Amino acid sequence: MARDTLTGSRIRERRVMAGMRQAELAREVGISASYLNLIEHNRRRIGGKLLVDIAQVLDVEPSLLSEGAEAALIATLREAAADSAATSQELDRIDEFAGRFPGWAALIGEQHRRLGSLERTAATLTDRLTHDPHLATSMHEMLTIVTAIRSTAGILADTREIEPEWRNRFHRNLNEDSQRLAESSQQLVAYLDGAGDAGASLTLPLEEVEAMMAAHKFRFDALEGAPDAALRAFVEAQPELTSSASRDLAETVLRQLRHDAGLLPLSDMRAALAGKEADPIRLARETGAPLTAVFRRLAVLSDELLPAPLGLVMCDGSGTLMLRKPIEGFPLPRFSAACPKWPLFQALARPMRPLCQRVTVTGRDARQFECYAVTEAVGPLEVNMDPLYHSYMLIVPVAGAEGGAREVGSTCRVCPSRECAGRREPSLLAKGI
Amino acid sequence: MGKSVLLIEDEPNIIEAISFILSRDGWAVATHSNGHDAVDVVQARQPDLIILDVMLPGKSGYDILRELRDLAGTRDLPVLMLTARGQVKDREMAERAGVSRFMTKPFSNAEVLAAVRDLVPR
Repeated sequence: MARDTLTGSRIRERRVMAGMRQAELAREVGISASYLNLIEHNRRRIGGKLLVDIAQVLDVEPSLLSEGAEAALIATLREAAADSAATSQELDRIDEFAGRFPGWAALIGEQHRRLGSLERTAATLTDRLTHDPHLATSMHEMLTIVTAIRSTAGILADTREIEPEWRNRFHRNLNEDSQRLAESSQQLVAYLDGAGDAGASLTLPLEEVEAMMAAHKFRFDALEGAPDAALRAFVEAQPELTSSASRDLAETVLRQLRHDAGLLPLSDMRAALAGKEADPIRLARETGAPLTAVFRRLAVLSDELLPAPLGLVMCDGSGTLMLRKPIEGFPLPRFSAACPKWPLFQALARPMRPLCQRVTVTGRDARQFECYAVTEAVGPLEVNMDPLYHSYMLIVPVAGAEGGAREVGSTCRVCPSRECAGRREPSLLAKGI
Repeated sequence: MGKSVLLIEDEPNIIEAISFILSRDGWAVATHSNGHDAVDVVQARQPDLIILDVMLPGKSGYDILRELRDLAGTRDLPVLMLTARGQVKDREMAERAGVSRFMTKPFSNAEVLAAVRDLVPR
């Protein structure tokens, strides 16, 4: 949608940020609430005096409502503000700032991205130092040898009278330990050197897998029916996958998609979707395939077979997002916890019972999405042991819908919703929260 | 004969060095180098003090210590634990298991000697 047709969305966004009700703003500018509702959903064009009046009530420049600023840049600036409480007083002037000083705004955005990258690098290094089993073993080995050397050298230095037999034994031990220390040091340096460059090794495996999936537009038709060796070779050849962890994760995901393709071949999906809506419940019923397989298959094929792409997100029982296929208008946070009101998380509380909810994302352009979610058990069933769960949510955009949708957020920091029982931290977009 | 110390450690040159230091100080030192049957060895030898490494083949020093604390005869036995991991969580884990003293590698001979003398006064 062209930016000048989104004036209504920007009015709605500004009104929500200002904490005003629709009826309140309508009354202030002398129109009915229902007419303002049509404007906010971009179903009535707006300009002239009414636009000026609304801008005046919302305390913004009219041009910011009619033209806006570059959306991605503003989103980045908001994220940057999230890391600095000092700028919170001027959050309502982000559009104005980006519009008047686009160069400086872009610089701040770039520095924010750079800062985020460095923070992730630091977090990954810390994680590696703490959890890398090879590094931990190497450090333990070296400290043990150093202890032996220190203790032995101390004996030789501090013991005035020591029998020749013991002296010779300790000298031999020192020699052996110094050689072992040299070898261990070389091996450790080789390991650290071999860990690759920063860009290659300091991203999360999930990020690398997502980058690989995005590079292939989530389509891996050539792997359908391919033997394991071919799948592994494909994974090994992907430049985005720089660590064994990311390659293993990618292989797991691709095996899953290959299995899905076996259950729901492209030709069957094409026939099932011809002229019909993307209804995963109907598809699961007609094909007999598990609902989660239908979700995944619909998500990866939607770009080709459906009028609009579908989004997909998956989490484990802890709520950690493990797989994301992004969709326009429904932001999926990368490094912060998602909104607990997502059907994805509600499904965790009721395994194997699918739910479907119409939602809209707070503070966005009022687009609506049909979210189908279901939680399934993973791993073998064991007696007297609760299963582990994976939850999936298929995000289907709904064209031209308005009203009646439940509001959900992306993540608390950028959610303007007031009085949310699920809020974990204050919002940057609504004063007083 | 002096009081006895059982050193449970799998690194031969650390065993030799600590054994030498303690022997020179008048302690009767016995050694054992795997965790698998360490609890049985402690019960059989009944030392006055144990020096226990954390990373042992067969069973960790933490598990050995927990088992010893569950046995009536070794519930109050002084245990000096040695480890290359000196993080707060490692120390807390040792304390929960019932350690008497916790020492991180690399330590000095004087530190080991002082700890042993402190734990078992003569």
